[in-house]
Amino acid sequence: MNLFKEAKGLLKHNIRDYGMYIALLVIMLIFTILTDGLFMSSRNISNLIDSSGYIAVLAVGVMLVIVIRHIDLSIGFLAGFLGAIAAILLVQYDLPVFLVIPIILVLGMFAGSITGFLVAKVGIPAFVATLAGWLIYRGALLQATEKSGTINVDNDTFNAIGNGYIPSIAEVGGLHLLSLLIGAVFILYYIYSTVKNRNNKIRYNFDVVSKPLFIIQLVLVSALIGYITWILAGYNGFSWTMIIILIVLIVYHFITTKTVLGRHIYAVGSNPEAAHLSGINVSKITFIVFGSMGMLSALSGILFTSRLQSATTTAGTLFELDAIAAAFVGGVSAAGGVGKVTGAVIGAVVMATLVNGMNLLGVGIASQYMIRGGVLALAVIFDVMTRKQRA
Amino acid sequence: MSEPILEMRGISKEFTGVKALSNVNFKVDQGEIHCLVGENGAGKSTLMKVLSGVYPHGEYSGDIYFDGQVQQFNKISDSVDRGIVIIYQELALFPDLSIYENIFIGNELQRKGVLDWNEAVVRSKELLNKVNLHINPETLIKEIGVGKQQLVEIAKALSKKVKLLILDEPTAALNDKDSENLLNLLRELKKQGITSIMISHKLNEVISIADKATVLRDGQTICTLNAAKGEVTEAAIIKNMVGREIEDIYPKRNHQVSPDRLLELKNWTAYDPKLGRNIAEDVNIHVNYGEIVGIAGLMGAGRTELALSIFGNSKKYKISGDLLVDGNQIQFKHTSDAIKSGIAYVTEDRKGDGLFLLQDIKNNISISNLKNLSDYGVVNDNEEIKTAEEYRKSLGIKTPSIEQKVGNLSGGNQQKVSIGKWLFVGPKLLILDEPTRGIDVGAKLEIYTVMNKLIESGMSIIMISSELGEVLGMSDRVYVMAKGEIKGELSSEEATQEKIMGLATL
Repeated sequence: MNLFKEAKGLLKHNIRDYGMYIALLVIMLIFTILTDGLFMSSRNISNLIDSSGYIAVLAVGVMLVIVIRHIDLSIGFLAGFLGAIAAILLVQYDLPVFLVIPIILVLGMFAGSITGFLVAKVGIPAFVATLAGWLIYRGALLQATEKSGTINVDNDTFNAIGNGYIPSIAEVGGLHLLSLLIGAVFILYYIYSTVKNRNNKIRYNFDVVSKPLFIIQLVLVSALIGYITWILAGYNGFSWTMIIILIVLIVYHFITTKTVLGRHIYAVGSNPEAAHLSGINVSKITFIVFGSMGMLSALSGILFTSRLQSATTTAGTLFELDAIAAAFVGGVSAAGGVGKVTGAVIGAVVMATLVNGMNLLGVGIASQYMIRGGVLALAVIFDVMTRKQRA
Repeated sequence: MSEPILEMRGISKEFTGVKALSNVNFKVDQGEIHCLVGENGAGKSTLMKVLSGVYPHGEYSGDIYFDGQVQQFNKISDSVDRGIVIIYQELALFPDLSIYENIFIGNELQRKGVLDWNEAVVRSKELLNKVNLHINPETLIKEIGVGKQQLVEIAKALSKKVKLLILDEPTAALNDKDSENLLNLLRELKKQGITSIMISHKLNEVISIADKATVLRDGQTICTLNAAKGEVTEAAIIKNMVGREIEDIYPKRNHQVSPDRLLELKNWTAYDPKLGRNIAEDVNIHVNYGEIVGIAGLMGAGRTELALSIFGNSKKYKISGDLLVDGNQIQFKHTSDAIKSGIAYVTEDRKGDGLFLLQDIKNNISISNLKNLSDYGVVNDNEEIKTAEEYRKSLGIKTPSIEQKVGNLSGGNQQKVSIGKWLFVGPKLLILDEPTRGIDVGAKLEIYTVMNKLIESGMSIIMISSELGEVLGMSDRVYVMAKGEIKGELSSEEATQEKIMGLATL
C-alpha cells in the first residue's frame, strides 16, 4: 500500500492545488446527482463554458494584478464600455469584424496603460485609481449607449464568438471530428510535456512521484480531458468561446511559467524591494500587468457583447467582483507573489458551475448569492489554513 | 543620594539559541544620569526591553528591583505605571497629530468619559515649558524638526510622572545644537530628581554628561565607571567596549591588491528628502581591483545609505559629487544600470529586501541574470537548473534540493543564496552589507572563504560591517564612518579595535 501512502502524502503537500480540482469535481458530481444527470448533459456543459468565458479571461488578468499586490476595480465597466464601442463600430460604422477586434484590444491595452501609469508612476493606490476608472467607464458606457439604448449587433461573424461553434469537418458516429481531433492533440501534448518534464527532473535528481502514481495521474487527467471532449463533441463541438479561453489559458500559462517576464512579475509580487534591488524595473512590470489587464477587459467585453448579440447600458456590472472572487477561489494570495493562471480559470469555472447548477435546481437568487459568498470565504479560509500549516 | 532606584540582578535572556544577555547586573542610583555603552549587539537595547516589559516576566531570568521592590512587568504599561518610561531611537510619535494629542495619547484626559482637549492643551503647554520648548501645542508633529520631536517625547514622559527616564540613542539623529539642548535638559531634569539612563554611541556626550557609565559587551556587564572618581574617560570606555580577544577564524589569502582603481567617489553627498538631512556628506573613497575595503561604523552611521546611493540610488536621494568606475564618470538611474556596470549589492536585510522567500533556490539565484538563461525571453529550464546546481556546490548551500523554498533555509544558507545570485551576474565589485549578521560561526567561516576566493579571482569587495573582528580580519583597508561622514581611513596594519571605535564615536 505504498502507492496509497504516497498519494496521501502528495495530496497533503499540494492540498491547495488539488483541493480546487477536487472541489470542482465534487460540486459537479453533486449537481449531476441532484439534477438526474441533466447537469452533465452535452448542452449544459457547453452552455456553462460559454457563460463563464468573459469572467474567466478577466480572472486571469486580475490574478496577475493581485499577484503584484494591486487591484483593479475598473475592469467590469471597461469591458462593458469597450463592448459597446465594438458594437458601435460594427453597426454604425460598418467596420469589418477583423478590424474591430484588434482596435478594441488595443484600446483596452491603452486604457490599462493609463491605470498602470497612475499606479506605477504617479503613485496613486490602485484601489483609488481604478475606482475612479470604475466611475469613468460606467459614465462612458452610459454615454455610448445613450442615444440608442441597447445596441443590437446583427453581424453573424461577430456573434459567433459568443454563440458559435467550430466547424465539425465531418461527423464520426454523431460526434464532431475537429473537436475530437483538438481534444486528442491536447491529450497527446499533455502526456508528452509531463513525461518530458518528469524525465528532466529525474536527470537532475529532483523528487518525482513514483512511476505507478505518475501513470495513474496521466490516465486520470487524460480521461478527464477526453470525457469533456466527448461530451462537447456530442453536441455542437467546441465553441469559439472555449477556443478563446484555451488560447488565453495557454498563452498566459506559458508567459507566467516559462518567460523572463513571468519570473519578473512573480518577483515583484513576492518582494518588490528585493525585485528592485535585483535590477528589475518594478514600474515597467506594473505597466505591463495593467496593460494586459486592459487588453483582457477588452476581450471580455467582446465575448459578452457577442454572447448577448448586443451592447446594453448595464453590461459589465459587477464583472470585476466576479473576476476577483474567481481569482481568489483559484488560489491567488492577497499578500502577493502567489497565483496560477490555471487556478484563475478553474476558479471562474467553479463559480460559473455554482450558478449554472443552482439555476438548474431552481435555487432562488437570494440563496445563490449567499452560497457563492460562502464558497469564496471557504476557499480563502482553506488557503489561509493550508499556508499556516506549511509555515 | 546614593540609594539605588533600580537594580537588575543576574538578568539572562535568550533568543532561540543565541544568548543576548547572560547574567547581567546593572545598578542605577537615585537622581543620577547613567550611561549605557557597548558595541552593536552588546545587549543594551535588549536589557532596556527587559526593564520596560517589552519582554514580559518569565521570558528572561533574573530579578528587577525598582523603588525597593521586586517588579514583574508583563507588559509595557506595567513599567510605565511604576514611572519607567523609555524613549526609543525611532520616535513613537504620530506625525499627523498635534503635539498635545501626542502627549496624551493612550493617557487621554477625560471628563465623564468625554475627552477634555482644552485641559490637554493647557497641561501640554506646562509640560512643554518644562522641556524648554516654547511652541503652540496645537502644532502638528510633522511640522517640527527631529530635535523638537525628541523634546515632545520627553514632555510626554513627564506627563506620566516619570521617575526613571530611559533614552535609546537620543542624539543619533540630532545635529550638534539640538544634542546640546537635549543634554542640558537632562541635567535640569536631574536637578528635579529624575533619574535617567542614556544609551549612546557618542563618547564625548557620555563623558560630558554621565555620572556613571556601564559597559556591556557580548551580553555581559564588563564594568561600571564612576565619573566622580574620574573613571569615565574615552580610553577607559573604548578599552572595555572592545576588550574581546579576536579569535583567529579569518582565513588567510594570497593576493596582491592591484594599483588600478575600480571605483571612486569624489565629494559624494547624498541628501535624503524624507529625513531632511544628508545621509552621506562629502565622501571620498576608492576601491582597487582585488581589494576588500571594510566600512566600519556604528548603527546609523549612514553606511547602508551610502551603499544604496551608489547602487542605483534606489531611495531617490539627491546626489552631488562624482562616481567613477574604471576612471569613467558615470551616473546610475536605476539599480539595473549599476548591475550593468558590474556592481552588485548584497543587502543587510536578507529576508526583508534581499530574497524571495516564497520562491525556490533556483529562482532566487537566477533572478538578476535571467537574460543569460533565456532565448527570446523564454527561460531555458535546463540551463537554469545547471547554473543553480553549480552555485549550490561551489558555495556549499546545504539543502536537499535547489527546489527548496529559500524561506526554509538557515540564515547562513540564505546568505549563500544571496551571494550566489550576484556571483551569477558576474560583477566586478560586490558590496556586502553585514555579510555575516545572524549567522553561526561555521557558516561565517565559509563566507569568508568564498570572499577570499573572489578576491583572488580579481574581484573587489566593499564590506560594510559592525563586527570589528571581521573588519580587522578581512579588510585590506578600512574606512570608518560616523554621521554620514568618513571619519578616517586605516590600512590593515594600522587598524586596531581602539582606533576604529575612537573614530566611529567621534
